[in-house]
Amino acid sequence: MKENSDVQAHQVMEELRLNYGPNKKFVTVCAGTGCRANGSLKVKEALEAEIKKQNMKVDVLATGCLGFCEKGPMLIIHPDKYFYQSVKVEDAPEIVSKTVAKGEVISRLFYRHPETQKTLFREEDLPFYKKQLRVVFGQNGMLDPTRLDDYLAIDGYQALAKVLSEMTPEGVINEVKKAGLRGRGGGGFHTAVKWEGVRKAHGEPKYVIANGDEGDPGAYMDRSLMEGNPHSIIEGMIIGAYAVGAHDGYIYVRNEYPLAVTHLTMAIAAAREAGLLGKNILGTKFSFDIKINKGAGAFVCGESSALFASIEGRAGEPRAKYVHAVEKGLYDKPTVLNNVETWANVPLIINKGADWYASIGTEGSKGTKIFSLVGKINNTGLVEVPMGTTLYEIIYDMGGGIPKGRKFKAVQTGGPSGGCIPESLLDIPVDFDKLYEVGSMMGSGGMIVMDDTSCMVDVARYFTSFLQEESCGKCVPCREGVRRMSDILKDICAGKGQEGDVELLEKIATGVADGSLCALGGSAPNPVLSTIKYFREEYDAHIKEHRCPAGVCKALITYSIDAEKCTGCGVCLKACPTQAISGEKKKAHTIDNNKCTRCGACIESCKFEAILVK
Amino acid sequence: MVNLTVDGKNISVSEGTMLLEAIRGAGIAIPTLCAHEAVSRSGACRLCVVEIKKGNRTRIVTSCLYGAEEGLIVDTKSDRVLNVRRLVMELLLARCPESEVLQKLAKELCVESQARFAADTDKGKCILCRSCVRVCEEIVGVSAIGLFARGSQKTVGTPYNEKSDVCIGCGACVYVCPTGHIEMTSTGDKRKIWGRTFKMQTCTKCGKFFAPVDQLKFISKKTGVPLNELTVCTECR
Repeated sequence: MKENSDVQAHQVMEELRLNYGPNKKFVTVCAGTGCRANGSLKVKEALEAEIKKQNMKVDVLATGCLGFCEKGPMLIIHPDKYFYQSVKVEDAPEIVSKTVAKGEVISRLFYRHPETQKTLFREEDLPFYKKQLRVVFGQNGMLDPTRLDDYLAIDGYQALAKVLSEMTPEGVINEVKKAGLRGRGGGGFHTAVKWEGVRKAHGEPKYVIANGDEGDPGAYMDRSLMEGNPHSIIEGMIIGAYAVGAHDGYIYVRNEYPLAVTHLTMAIAAAREAGLLGKNILGTKFSFDIKINKGAGAFVCGESSALFASIEGRAGEPRAKYVHAVEKGLYDKPTVLNNVETWANVPLIINKGADWYASIGTEGSKGTKIFSLVGKINNTGLVEVPMGTTLYEIIYDMGGGIPKGRKFKAVQTGGPSGGCIPESLLDIPVDFDKLYEVGSMMGSGGMIVMDDTSCMVDVARYFTSFLQEESCGKCVPCREGVRRMSDILKDICAGKGQEGDVELLEKIATGVADGSLCALGGSAPNPVLSTIKYFREEYDAHIKEHRCPAGVCKALITYSIDAEKCTGCGVCLKACPTQAISGEKKKAHTIDNNKCTRCGACIESCKFEAILVK
Repeated sequence: MVNLTVDGKNISVSEGTMLLEAIRGAGIAIPTLCAHEAVSRSGACRLCVVEIKKGNRTRIVTSCLYGAEEGLIVDTKSDRVLNVRRLVMELLLARCPESEVLQKLAKELCVESQARFAADTDKGKCILCRSCVRVCEEIVGVSAIGLFARGSQKTVGTPYNEKSDVCIGCGACVYVCPTGHIEMTSTGDKRKIWGRTFKMQTCTKCGKFFAPVDQLKFISKKTGVPLNELTVCTECR
């Protein structure tokens, strides 16, 4: 591409769009990792085969994740936008001959309102989607992530064209500042401040990095963005690079996300081919390119300085950050490191304006945030909501509440080092500052919902043990302190808790939080401290009464059979792997607690809920 | 010059001075284990933490890595500081119960071992301060030893715990180790370290064994001084 003056970027962009042309698309099938696991690609193949068989010309698009993972595979049939869920391969012929060909609906494939049983035809009618504001994530359903033209068709790279032809780097930074964008990776640092720092910092070259090392158990928002809309991240990075004056970029993505790696690689190649990456982007004087760096799966590599070390080819260990990455980051050069979701927000701000963006959210936290809603929740999936939405709305209105009519107990936000928030605080608006105030954090946006069958001491034990395994081991408080907390929690769950353990845990936790080198150690005590703060009585029950109120900790519970409910069917007797259950047919059975290992096989097998746990 | 306050005392140090040196220069003691003058600093042991106040914000930092700043208010004995130091000592005592150095330091800091922590039996006296790894890389320049695994499984050693081809048996790691964890034994013309046995060179003047032959060969190669000119011990030189 020839070097033109910067004002011509728009013109070049228009030519590009004409060359690629928006494809007419009819059926979109969710092909996020969750739906793929549920067989969505097979459904897509079946639809295509059927369309061919019926001599029709209709495109079937495999799109990125639509978020409602609980109901996959799902598809949307355009132009009516009918939303079919839990679709099976066998449904394909009927879908094609009825809905695709004639626009007739198939009632059984629609989602039904869980309370009113009313049939809901379109995505936007579903309670799961109704309160969401899917400005970032919503694009996923409109494009095949492997095709650049799909992204161009929804105004992709228009923000870049605008930036390169009309805006100065300072102007871009000001726009992001006015929008109030804060980092989506957890810290909530003001993005524009970071960019400004790198723009002003001395030292060349400067680097721009996207952090896609999403490692929180149960969290997959970044994954779904990288898989579902890679160009939005790339576009954001190019704009950021222009703003700070960088020419080299990296996307650090976990190798455990093979689809994300594939789609990002394809997207970078396509963008390069189209002159959107590389030398003289869109014919301007600005050049920038991106490399993919695959992470090997260490949780700590999501920490900025450990991530730099990893890209540099060294062990993923953090270093003290008294000199900020803005001045000395990757290879000791000025570096902007933003989370994947942060980058995906940038084109939106440029396209729709800072005022629009700042109108969404709360005083201190602007825009939307994607959360992954998992655990004991009816509608498992990804939701994007304006900052300031309450936890209650997310869990009950979108998440559909707790399955099997059980009682909500706690929600853990912010990944393994987040805190557990109790029912009494469900009304708090979710934003960076509020979550911090109640002893948790936004993190990257994981939300694990727990019901009354979760033991909070066991939950703290699980997360602390995860963090202990993921500690890099460099500094003493994190390496040894988190391990000692983990040991004590294991003791408490095993019925070996001692008087004073809770106070000791608090003491260690404070020292670890204050004394650790990086944010992993700094936030590692959150699960312990928040469960002690809000569920102290469960700790006391374990330690003083040798009792696990939720019936989880095996050493502290016994199984018995409710003689009134037991029908003597003998199913549990066969299910028990240790022959601990005995009894005659049609008479109430009994459990020998010396043989019982509390594995739960009998509970799962019993249709009459006759197994009691105390 | 930079002016700052340490425990209420006004001090003035040259730009670029680390807080650790600034504070010690003012006659205030700060314990350290991993800050050896021969190697670069890592901030691993966290014993040297202090609380700093800048504007309205206070935070805990490691004084060994934090440069002195104009107007900084430093507290070396705040509750938060003492809590971190106490915890670090308790954790290290439980990790290395045999270490006399740690026992002595704990006594000085009035810290007793925490009975609730089961003492480790497999860590020797190693506190993973990484001074040995750094001296081997930065000063000796052979990187014969490194850190392996992560978290509480982390260890120091030669790759795969096999005999190292690049180790020159110089013993610099032994010299910088703050707790005496690394074993080096010299008997007659043999020196044993990191699982390897090195042949020692005799001083051509006094006849004493003074350095491994491999080390002298390494120095000769690096400096260009012929090996036969290196066969006199430092005392006779």
